[in-house]
Amino acid sequence: MGTVADGLRLQVNGLDYLLLALYFGTVLGIGFIARMTVRTSSDFFLSGRSLPAWITGLAFLSANLGATEILGMAANGAQYGAMTVHYYWIGAVPAMVFLGIVMMPFYYRSGVHSVPEFLRRRFNRPTQQLNAVTFAVAQVLIAGINLYALALVMRALLGWPLPPAIVVAAAFVLAYITLGGLSSAIYNEVLQFFVILAGLVPLTVLGLIKVGGPSGLAEKIRASSLGEGGLHAWHGTGVGSENPMAANWIGIIFGLGFVLSFGYWTTNFAEVQRGLSARNTNAARLTPIVAAYPKLMIPAVTVIPGMIALVLFPQLGKANDYNDAIPLLMNDLLPSGVLGIALTGLIASFMAGMAANVSGFNTVFTYDLWKANVAKDRPDAYYIKVGRWVTVAGVAGGIGTAFIAAGFSNIMNYMQSLFAFFNAPLFATFIVGLFWRRMTPWAGFWGLLAGTLSAMASYVLYKAGVLDFGTDLNSSFWGAGIAFVVDVAVSVAVTFMTAPKPATELAGLVRGIKSDDLVDDSIAGDKAWFRSPVVLGVGALALGAALYLPLL
Amino acid sequence: MTTDKTPDTPMRRRPALLTVLSEIRVIIGALFCVYGVIVGVAGLFDSKAELDKAQGVNINLWTGLAMLVFGAAFLLWAYLRPARRAEDGS
Repeated sequence: MGTVADGLRLQVNGLDYLLLALYFGTVLGIGFIARMTVRTSSDFFLSGRSLPAWITGLAFLSANLGATEILGMAANGAQYGAMTVHYYWIGAVPAMVFLGIVMMPFYYRSGVHSVPEFLRRRFNRPTQQLNAVTFAVAQVLIAGINLYALALVMRALLGWPLPPAIVVAAAFVLAYITLGGLSSAIYNEVLQFFVILAGLVPLTVLGLIKVGGPSGLAEKIRASSLGEGGLHAWHGTGVGSENPMAANWIGIIFGLGFVLSFGYWTTNFAEVQRGLSARNTNAARLTPIVAAYPKLMIPAVTVIPGMIALVLFPQLGKANDYNDAIPLLMNDLLPSGVLGIALTGLIASFMAGMAANVSGFNTVFTYDLWKANVAKDRPDAYYIKVGRWVTVAGVAGGIGTAFIAAGFSNIMNYMQSLFAFFNAPLFATFIVGLFWRRMTPWAGFWGLLAGTLSAMASYVLYKAGVLDFGTDLNSSFWGAGIAFVVDVAVSVAVTFMTAPKPATELAGLVRGIKSDDLVDDSIAGDKAWFRSPVVLGVGALALGAALYLPLL
Repeated sequence: MTTDKTPDTPMRRRPALLTVLSEIRVIIGALFCVYGVIVGVAGLFDSKAELDKAQGVNINLWTGLAMLVFGAAFLLWAYLRPARRAEDGS
């Protein structure tokens, strides 16, 4: 981001602005309707734990379908070709299925509000505080980056100056989150998902017509700078071979597919929170699995347009940044009307990304920092009020970091991916803690701290030129791997030096120790095979594998 | 924090909530119907230049129709299968 060039000004007219205005009116309307339903803090922070799986699933998907996803993945499609699908089929779907089948029952049944609270119950308060602080800081910074990226797009496409664009976008997010809390965020995410598709599908169809269909595209990609390699996902990924991404199969499977992806999808609270708002354990488990199916298909409307843009606009990657792929296509192909829909979807997706950061931040700050340290045992209404004010503070903080980002767009960009690999040690702590009941509370704390510090250290040493990983992408694979291994090693070492928790305190938090008060919360119809997380999860994995076949 | 552990909030009398829970389908359906009509009608009046831009496809008309059908399907779904939170868990 930060690089959508000026000179991409869309030919928008009143019709497009009308469509945009209708969307924003609807968004505010959702905020007001949701406002009427917020009675308890659980309503505000967890949507009252009442939502069906299709809603939480689409929200789960949309919370991630922000700036990086649409513009970034189209850019990757133009730069690396078909290999970009690894980000979806290896880099997301297996971790989403794992979250749904294995981890979600622990999260949901323990009744926690947040990932840090889970850490407090499994380990101790210092672990909770460490994770809450890192998470809160990261969310405000990322919200600022999202906001800045949005303002850049609005400036490039619509000609709005940066400061008002930042403030207007922030005001909308603020309005609907303060009003309706997580329900607002989730409803808007679902709505945004459909609007962005309504914009991207016609764009892809017209693009394919223009390049002569799939076969025409393949032919033109062969003749482009990507060459034959741009049409294959695994071709040339042997160690030491050549491919557009300069990554080998070890990096793809273990770096991207295991450490980075499992770290991000299974422990990132902004995602997990969508599952926690589901109405019962089965719906919570289905949340990431329902999201996996559209996730498998999204490359069709991001990676393919990126590849189309590469053949239609030879200046891409030279005079224009790769991130311009989608805006260039919109300008070239869409008439007023559909153009307005696509623009609305794009702006909505940026706002959804920011709203996910803000709603994760307000929950963690209110429960894990404010309630735990400052004001215990207040009436429930007090925490809703705190949550609203924290939202204001979070958005104001986001505006602040957006202006900082405006000064250092490259550094801020990289920070976003840096935070992605802070999730790697958290994932290590979780996976050891869930499966090994002997792991002690202090092992949780020291493992997480050592893992996080080693992630930072590897980043600093790479930037200082001490460690040479080649590319930024490769350095994040290695950083995540190092953080994961250090976390596990320290956790194991500390466990043998400190006392474990008694098994009674671990009921429902560790695999193999059943909770006594485990209630069966299934509802009529949950037993059907098409609502079975295992069947649907395995189905998603099989479909992902099958989709690779044409790209071998 | 066990006091907040109320996943199955006992049925408070909140008819508004019941409506709103089904509402997301109504909201999606309504917005897409409105979008479908606006974009579809715009398609009927598209100029030659706009058609050429879209590779000769009347993309506004087709997208508008698709959105209208999609929106209507959501409204129909909400109408035929209203949310029934009250009976859940029975």
